[in-house]
Amino acid sequence: MFGKLSLEAIPTDPIVLTTIVAIVLGGGALTAAITYFKKWGYLWTEWITSVDHKKLGIMYFIVALVMLLRGFADAIMMRSQLAMASAGAEGFLPPSHYDQIFTAHGVIMIFFVAMPMVIGLMNLVVPLQIGARDVAFPFLNNLSFWLFAAGVVLVNVSLFVGEFAKTGWLAYAPLSGLDYSPGVGVDYWIWALQISGIGTTLTGINFFVTILKMRTKGMTMFRMPIFTWTSLCANVLIIASFPILTATIALLTLDRYLGMNFFTTDLGGNMMMYVNLIWAWGHPEVYILILPAFGVFSEVIATFAKKRLFGYNTMVWATVAITILSFVVWLHHFFTMGAGADVNAFFGIMTMIIAIPTGVKIFNWLFTMYRGRLEFTSPVLWTLGFIITFTLGGMTGVMLSVPAANFVLHNSLFVIAHFHNVIIGGVVFGMLAGLTYWFPKAFGFTLNEKWGKRSFWCWFIGFYVAFTPLYVLAFFGAVRRMQSYSNPEWQPLMIVAWVGALIIAAGIACTLIQFYVSIRDRKQNQDVTGDPWDGRTLEWATSSPAPFYNFAHLPEVHGVDGFWEAKKANGGVPPISEPPYQDIHMPKNTWEGPIIALFATIFGFALVWHIWWLAIVGGIGMFATFMARIFNDDVDYYVPAAEVERIEREHRQRLKQKGDLAHSTRLETQS
Amino acid sequence: MRRKKYLRVLSPLVLVSLALLLTGCDSALMDPKGQVGEEQRTLILTAFGLMQIVVIPVIVMTLVFAWRYRRSNRNATYRPDWHHSNKIEVVVWFVPCVIIAFLAVLTWYTSHSLDPHKPIEPTAEQQEPMEIQAVSLDWKWLFIYPEQGIATVNELAFPEDTPVRFRVSSGSVMNAFFIPQLGSQIYAMAGMDNDVHLVADEQGVYPGRSTNYSGAGFSDMTFDAHVGSQEDFEAWVTEVRESSESLTFPEEYYDLAAPSEDAEIQYFSEVSPSLYESIIKSFQAGGDHEARVSEFADSYAEGFGHGSAHSDDESAESHGKPMSAEAAE
Amino acid sequence: MATDTLSNQGHAHGHDHDHHDDHHDTAGTKIFGFWVYLMSDLVIFGSLFATYAVLLRGTAGGPTPGEIFDLPLILISTFLLLISSFTYGMAVLAMNAGRVVQVQKWLIITFLLGAGFIGLELYEFQHLIHEGFGPDRSGFLSAFFTLVGTHGLHVTFGLIWILVMLIQLKKQGLTEVTRPRIMCLSLFWHFLDIVWICVFSFVYLMGVL
Repeated sequence: MFGKLSLEAIPTDPIVLTTIVAIVLGGGALTAAITYFKKWGYLWTEWITSVDHKKLGIMYFIVALVMLLRGFADAIMMRSQLAMASAGAEGFLPPSHYDQIFTAHGVIMIFFVAMPMVIGLMNLVVPLQIGARDVAFPFLNNLSFWLFAAGVVLVNVSLFVGEFAKTGWLAYAPLSGLDYSPGVGVDYWIWALQISGIGTTLTGINFFVTILKMRTKGMTMFRMPIFTWTSLCANVLIIASFPILTATIALLTLDRYLGMNFFTTDLGGNMMMYVNLIWAWGHPEVYILILPAFGVFSEVIATFAKKRLFGYNTMVWATVAITILSFVVWLHHFFTMGAGADVNAFFGIMTMIIAIPTGVKIFNWLFTMYRGRLEFTSPVLWTLGFIITFTLGGMTGVMLSVPAANFVLHNSLFVIAHFHNVIIGGVVFGMLAGLTYWFPKAFGFTLNEKWGKRSFWCWFIGFYVAFTPLYVLAFFGAVRRMQSYSNPEWQPLMIVAWVGALIIAAGIACTLIQFYVSIRDRKQNQDVTGDPWDGRTLEWATSSPAPFYNFAHLPEVHGVDGFWEAKKANGGVPPISEPPYQDIHMPKNTWEGPIIALFATIFGFALVWHIWWLAIVGGIGMFATFMARIFNDDVDYYVPAAEVERIEREHRQRLKQKGDLAHSTRLETQS
Repeated sequence: MRRKKYLRVLSPLVLVSLALLLTGCDSALMDPKGQVGEEQRTLILTAFGLMQIVVIPVIVMTLVFAWRYRRSNRNATYRPDWHHSNKIEVVVWFVPCVIIAFLAVLTWYTSHSLDPHKPIEPTAEQQEPMEIQAVSLDWKWLFIYPEQGIATVNELAFPEDTPVRFRVSSGSVMNAFFIPQLGSQIYAMAGMDNDVHLVADEQGVYPGRSTNYSGAGFSDMTFDAHVGSQEDFEAWVTEVRESSESLTFPEEYYDLAAPSEDAEIQYFSEVSPSLYESIIKSFQAGGDHEARVSEFADSYAEGFGHGSAHSDDESAESHGKPMSAEAAE
Repeated sequence: MATDTLSNQGHAHGHDHDHHDDHHDTAGTKIFGFWVYLMSDLVIFGSLFATYAVLLRGTAGGPTPGEIFDLPLILISTFLLLISSFTYGMAVLAMNAGRVVQVQKWLIITFLLGAGFIGLELYEFQHLIHEGFGPDRSGFLSAFFTLVGTHGLHVTFGLIWILVMLIQLKKQGLTEVTRPRIMCLSLFWHFLDIVWICVFSFVYLMGVL
């Protein structure tokens, strides 16, 4: 009846039990609060079923931040364990637990923190930047989010019911095969990634089409904001690489569920095929994460330096070059497999070549500051921190890309330090910069700068304190994924790294305080203009938070930095949309997206535990709901012109109230 | 005011990292004991040094530009619409290109000269090469000495100044064989015959381990490599030969291959002939793994003989497999 | 797949259409989106082809390609699928001429041909498994069953989609909703045909030769 599932699947480990109790209590309190304040209907109509790309973007970010806390809890536990488990000491985490933690940490941070932050930011910003009312396929956008959420749910359920994979975040075969990992951990990994991965592919298609087909009048490809360009390239990478992940996970699934022999050690299976396939996806994946971050920095630095981005065309071509090159470097993740010298040298050199366009981008950011008027806001601090940190990370990356050097650095803590160097220094800094930068667009008030800067300094210093020791330890022979080590000389540096993790924890705490303080002071920090930073691109041309239809009149652009040009042409103030308005065609909310994802969650959970009847229920549920969507013709409506006029009138009134003041400050900064 | 803030934060950081780097100088990778490791140290330092040509200017420019063109500095030039300069573009493309071109040549050269599969030609002072077979098991290392007819678990010994060809395979999941102070690591994969050539220039005890995560007992999958004189090595072989344990394939091998954590050092005075090849072939057998192993053990005892020439042919053949990595395109 | 809600202008809720300054070519967007989806699907097939190529020699003492392929049978199913592509083309021509009944007729013929293809494939699979050459026998057979089976699964979805379109055509006729869907299905169907030609050449022909 319940397949492999029994009460024994509930873990009894005290750490896990405490977490379960805390989450059950917290979740219960949240549910009770929502019920008490009668907010279920509001949540359902305004958020869960929403197809509004801005709300989906916000939801992606909220989930990402929650998962960041979980992924970071894993990080703290790992660093604590390694600070303790020296010279025969076993620490507080046995391998069976520690191995799950480092796997979960990697999976969560990449798939359920970095990806949703990137996709969330794309959702929030891209349609606004290209002057569109929504994405090309709003229903699919909602479905993508909820499929992603289904993956999140499965990963978190693994904490309470059963176990998570003990294989490392990429679940290398044959370790992830049935012979060596008979438990349900790998199955949770499979279904969480498969379901959320399909959501990501749909997002990729959606945004690719949106950017190519939905740009407003005058927005040629070479007038698109750089963030949109980098998003476009990231989506090309998603479309071209996520199907490889889907196929690879499917093959592993067939090995585990139907006894096939793709990656088994015997019967003609080939484990190297797994490693090749997973990295053929995995390397483009890191560029999916970093390219949009590059885009954020480009926007931030141009805006706050009050200067046009240096070398726009170069920036675009560098991005395109990185996109293409990212597909011919995957083998550098396993030079030590023993491929021939020619093959290794080829992939090593291709990898280094990526450093050229990346280096050029860095110089372009530097020359954007050059002869600018740089304001040291927290997004700018993140950007400066990024340039320094990412340059160092790029340097260690090039060192790793030399095959003969890689033969001694591979699998060591050097690799760990390197990719945290580029992911924290690049993606995390970029996403936090983007969050601060576009927060007012989403909510209508700016984030508190003081706590933002504190967060930056904690992250920046914490990063170096946490990861410089790991670079050094690698030279002493310390490797990744070890739960304990015998050499007592490593312990002092491990303790330094642990302190670094605590400093980063303080940075995360600062961000949380920043949210609290900012929401508390939202009246003071309110931005009625919709353009708090004197921005350059179209997202600042509408009010904050943007109305659900984005633009009352679709804007027209006449160059790079369309909004900046429009302001200049209008005497330094933004042109305001005036009546008459027209009816606006908009998509209706969808109940089908969340329901399909709900059935997908049930489907995944049932397959993890081999509860076949429930899997059939989930499968039929997904299919039936999708059919309901296909046969549902009532999917769109028109916002009456009068309604648009009312919303826009209110916006203009708010502007007027604060207008005189805002206007004068703007003129001052213009001069 | 702001500048001081930057300096205050950055200077201790620089100091700390410098101190860390200095302590790194006597580390395993910076203090290699073999020619492979030495060349790799030089390579790492060269690559590191070359990239400082870009890294240092970038960091300096970041700090200088950010400070000089701060909003409050009204003396600095402000050109809001300046966004293109052919001169700068040429420089920012040219400099990275030159560095990468240089590194690419270095990469091509070292990928071949330090190819793990490339035998080390013994110099005048060095002895003839020997072969040791390493098999990763759950969670220990089995070392087979085909020329001596002995085997050990989690302990390795060989003479100094003797190029060693380590043939590496796995009886379980993927691992990687690595002795940091001697240089290159290589993956150990079931059913595949990989190899790495290393040499030790100095006597000593060098820790080695699996670097590729392989499950619960991975952390303790360590061993020591004892490098002594030829006499020391012969004495060690004699000691191993005195052991009463033997390692026959398949029975005793499968007993040993059963998962165990933090395994003890073991010596085997007698080993099935072609044990290493039998382990590899057991994965290429097809059909039921356990049932077929004995059949293969028999055929290999006959077919393979004991000469090293034969096993060389075999390894040349099976090398095709690790190299098939590019087929995944 | 592509359910673009912005595209459904056919159901203007009592509004005229001349007041939208914002309308992109929504049917075109939908078809373009579907194209992009097909490209991503092609990557899945590419991965499976690569896996098949690598595992081709992994027969593990089991049968080799030449020993199990029944080329005449495969030729029949290949022709079924090729003809079905032609009949789908006729359906699209009929749609362009605005003849609903013709469209339905051609779709039904396409459905029957596709169903025949799937029937033959199931027969082939059942036969192999019965002989003891199931997908768990060897790496080669795993890759074979998965590659061919994935194509078959796609055709099955295509069949379901044809049924859906038949129902929608009956209910609505040729509208702004159904036309792009028939065009997308057309792309899908021809795409599967092309993939099958690759399967036929690389798997069956080269396996037997």
